[in-house]
Amino acid sequence: MVDFTLWDIFRNLLLAARWTVGLSLIAFIGGGIVGLLLLVLRLSKAPGSNLFVGGYVQLFQGTPLLMQLFLAYFGIALFGIKTSAWVAASFALTLYTSAFLTEIWRGCVAAIPKGQWEASQSLAMSFREQLQYIVLPQALKIAIPPTVGFLVQVVKGTALASVIGFIELTKAGTMITNATFQPFIVYSCVALLYFSLCFPISLYAKTLERKINANRR
Amino acid sequence: MQTAAEKQMLDTSAVSIRPIVEITALRKSYGTNEVLKGIDLQVAQGEVIAIIGKSGSGKSTLLRCINGLEVFQKGTLTVDGKPLLHDNAQAMRELRQRVGMIFQSFNLFPHLTVGKNIMLAPSLVKKTDGAAATTQARKLLDRVGLAEKFDAMPDQLSGGQQQRVAIARALAMEPAVLLCDEITSALDPELVGEVLRVVESLATEGMTLLMVTHEMSFARKVSDRVIFMHQGRVHEMGPPAEVFGNPQTPELKQFLSSLHD
Repeated sequence: MVDFTLWDIFRNLLLAARWTVGLSLIAFIGGGIVGLLLLVLRLSKAPGSNLFVGGYVQLFQGTPLLMQLFLAYFGIALFGIKTSAWVAASFALTLYTSAFLTEIWRGCVAAIPKGQWEASQSLAMSFREQLQYIVLPQALKIAIPPTVGFLVQVVKGTALASVIGFIELTKAGTMITNATFQPFIVYSCVALLYFSLCFPISLYAKTLERKINANRR
Repeated sequence: MQTAAEKQMLDTSAVSIRPIVEITALRKSYGTNEVLKGIDLQVAQGEVIAIIGKSGSGKSTLLRCINGLEVFQKGTLTVDGKPLLHDNAQAMRELRQRVGMIFQSFNLFPHLTVGKNIMLAPSLVKKTDGAAATTQARKLLDRVGLAEKFDAMPDQLSGGQQQRVAIARALAMEPAVLLCDEITSALDPELVGEVLRVVESLATEGMTLLMVTHEMSFARKVSDRVIFMHQGRVHEMGPPAEVFGNPQTPELKQFLSSLHD
């Protein structure tokens, strides 16, 4: 029987953590872009846009991420497209993240006084100019803390991608456990790695929040 | 096709009496609640009009209709001969360049310096280049007595100063008409004077002004015409001396006497 040292376990988990980070980044960036597009669509008050985006948000907030991953994995295949765990997980997490981010950001935009829209409108600025120069820069300041807070949820959410066979931190933990028969040690290391990913993000959110409040004075 | 005679007629009318703002049979309602019940109003170039009336009489709504902040259901409104078309973004953009607005709550952009507040719209909308926009902004700040505040942030200024910056910001678009919506109502009493002096200087320089105001002595002093609005209609209209000195309707009499209580 082969003996595994703690370092063996940790090293392999560390390698798997790259995929957790990668998947998180895809979800952040993809979700951020889609979320922003949905936000602009909703703010444009184009006919039906509010209903569409509202429905989209409700759909993704009202179903478990696990189901979304399953549906993406098996659903994409139904359309005859050959899919991998990578593609399905990226797709599902991007949509999931975008739904939450667009809703968070909508709240931040709603917090900008109506007078800002009216003043910029009276100065003949177009919708795009109003967003770009007046509303979004102000909304961005209040959006940072809740956005970063949600990103921590996404990092932890990537753990669910293990169920469709995506080998990231959690899945690697399970596989190593099967080989070492030391679940407590392995999962402790897994938890520690998640913590060391999420804690700096939370810390950064706090710092940003303090910075923004200082600028306000 | 117009005949030469018709063209001649149009031309002469344009020179002599073409109003800068023309409102015809304007009706506006929120749901079933009709707040403007048929407004007819013509404003001549350079005219200073004060709109008075109780709250809820529709005076602010009327003002906000003129630059399209409120959508009206019936009637027509033209500024400088161009009709207001809510659904046409390009037409609205052109109209709004002709109509400036100053708000009760200033609505300066808090994340931009005073200078940038003034320069932003001209550089975006009129494509004024940086140097020209800066010169213009400094000139306008000087005009409202805040030359040294170019780099200040809005929240470093007093209410009266903020409102004067808002005036400078509106003027930077070189509007033909300026709408003032209770611009001194949010100010401490000691700051009202500095804002009104700026407005008065604009009036003397020939700016067309429409102002909703509760400052009756100011309205009396500066305006050419006073409009008393009551329940969504122009109830009484005339030169200030007549409206204040010799009110015809019981509603206006009651309104004026309630001010002295």
